[in-house]
Amino acid sequence: MTENAVEIRNLVRTFRDGAVTALDGVSFDVPKGQVFGLLGPNGSGKTTIVRILSTILAPTGGSATVAGFDVVKNPDAVRRSIGLAGQYATVDQNLTGFENIYMIGRLNHLPKDVVRQRANELLAQFNLSDAGNRNVKTYSGGMRRRLDLAAALVAHPPILFLDEPTTGLDPQSRQDLWFAIESLVESGVTVLLTTQYLEEADRLAKQLVVLDKGKIIAEGTAAQLKAQLGTTVLSLTFQNLADADSALSLVRDLSDKPLNHDGTVVELTVNSGPATAAEALRRIDASGVTLAGLALREPSLDDVFLNLTGHKAEDAPAAEPVAKGRKAKR
Amino acid sequence: MKISSLKWAISDVGVLARRNLLALVRIPVALVFSVIQPVMFVLLFRYVFGGSIQGGVPGGYVNYLIPGILVQTTIFGAVGTAIGLSQDLQEGLIERFRALPMSRMAVLAGRTVSDVGRNLLVLVVITVVGIAVGFRPHGGIGNYLLACLIMLIFAYCLSWGFAFIGLAAPNAEAAQAMTFPLIFPLTFASGIFVQVASMPGWLQGFARNQPITQVTESVRGLMLGDIHLPMGRVLGHGNSTWVALAWSIGIMATLAPLAVRKYRKVA
Repeated sequence: MTENAVEIRNLVRTFRDGAVTALDGVSFDVPKGQVFGLLGPNGSGKTTIVRILSTILAPTGGSATVAGFDVVKNPDAVRRSIGLAGQYATVDQNLTGFENIYMIGRLNHLPKDVVRQRANELLAQFNLSDAGNRNVKTYSGGMRRRLDLAAALVAHPPILFLDEPTTGLDPQSRQDLWFAIESLVESGVTVLLTTQYLEEADRLAKQLVVLDKGKIIAEGTAAQLKAQLGTTVLSLTFQNLADADSALSLVRDLSDKPLNHDGTVVELTVNSGPATAAEALRRIDASGVTLAGLALREPSLDDVFLNLTGHKAEDAPAAEPVAKGRKAKR
Repeated sequence: MKISSLKWAISDVGVLARRNLLALVRIPVALVFSVIQPVMFVLLFRYVFGGSIQGGVPGGYVNYLIPGILVQTTIFGAVGTAIGLSQDLQEGLIERFRALPMSRMAVLAGRTVSDVGRNLLVLVVITVVGIAVGFRPHGGIGNYLLACLIMLIFAYCLSWGFAFIGLAAPNAEAAQAMTFPLIFPLTFASGIFVQVASMPGWLQGFARNQPITQVTESVRGLMLGDIHLPMGRVLGHGNSTWVALAWSIGIMATLAPLAVRKYRKVA
């Protein structure tokens, strides 16, 4: 057996007879027992990777193993090693929470009494015991995601794929789900997580890769990525375009990272927020330009992209002929 | 190994069929569509249109009508396969199923099998309603059950064709709309409600030979205990049962592989 839960080599996937390339030679290893993050905007290839690893989609080229099993040659062994949850994997609206977990358990070929016990256990673990006998239709978005995750865990899979598990959730539900994921990893589960949120990758993932248009544009630990990026974004807002333009030359040398200039807003990624902010203020004040606003904030995926590619994170047009209106309804 | 994988495949089909039937009970609209609607058809044709239609069978039009309605209802029931599959696909459930170590065929088989379950329920309901409005089948209980079996087999085979439509349609509404132009002419330009001989000549050729008329003739003949119906004489054979079964097998053999191929491609 290998040391890695997932190994991907030069993975390629095209759609529409090669006209659209969703994955363009992606390689990485996911070590066992940790959260590995795939970070990127919509259409960057995250979901395509998860679908190939879940044996839902065949790769056009390259290879991938999950738990040591080849996804093309031995898909059944892969399916017995994984749990899948997230924005596209879903729960049945017409069943109760219990029935949903029970169904997935039975389809995992677990005996009836084992599934029954496991379902109750999972409902309790995810705070759904009271709602267990209610139709999923009555669930909130956060409850559905928790149920989705619970169902994915029914057969104790050693590897879990979470495709944008918190997209569209309110902050509290997101926190709840993060806690749940963290305790899973403590119990030894390997998690491959896709996300559009740098904050989420930073919080959960030990290592991550950043994807853009089907290619890896950066990889490493969250700390390495942030060090490379700078820890804070200094955002300056001016009263008009002319002011913003003239201030640009004043502050440009305060950061060696690419600077974001969008209308009346100028943004710098810096390592020392307060000191740089003070210096910027002094220079702008001395020049007589009036500042309309100043803010320090955490870098976002947009900032990462600006740094790595020189362009903002853009949602690429859906490369995959998105399977029949799979609506991200939660 | 082989035996156990067969055992699990059957279990998978059972799990999914049960799940589909639960949904039927929980969605009032689905229940209305499958049970109330055929009852409305019975009442409509028995009391509103029936007075001006010649059944040409002993016992009057009601005896002609009810076997027809039963056939129509089971065929409408098969449409459920298209709608259900399309919904599952749209909601991402099929995606989830594909990542599970379950039988590949179970999604399609579970869906078509659950439609048989639904049709069974509808057959019982319509039989009871039919008898309440004057339907008197004289063919004997054995023939009645045989007639039901023929309808169930035909509808089951047809549902594999609807599975293909469900997988090809962009959403459930479209799936339903796509089945309509197929179902409508096949059920109404048939011997279900009226005698084919009463139709204009250019339509009779189609109406007489299309599979639903054959199934209806078989069912009606068995239920009424009279295989020498006008249609039987026109066709020159006494029993359309074999023709109906041949159509069933033919439809299944042609459309099931198409549906399976489509299932492998989508999602």
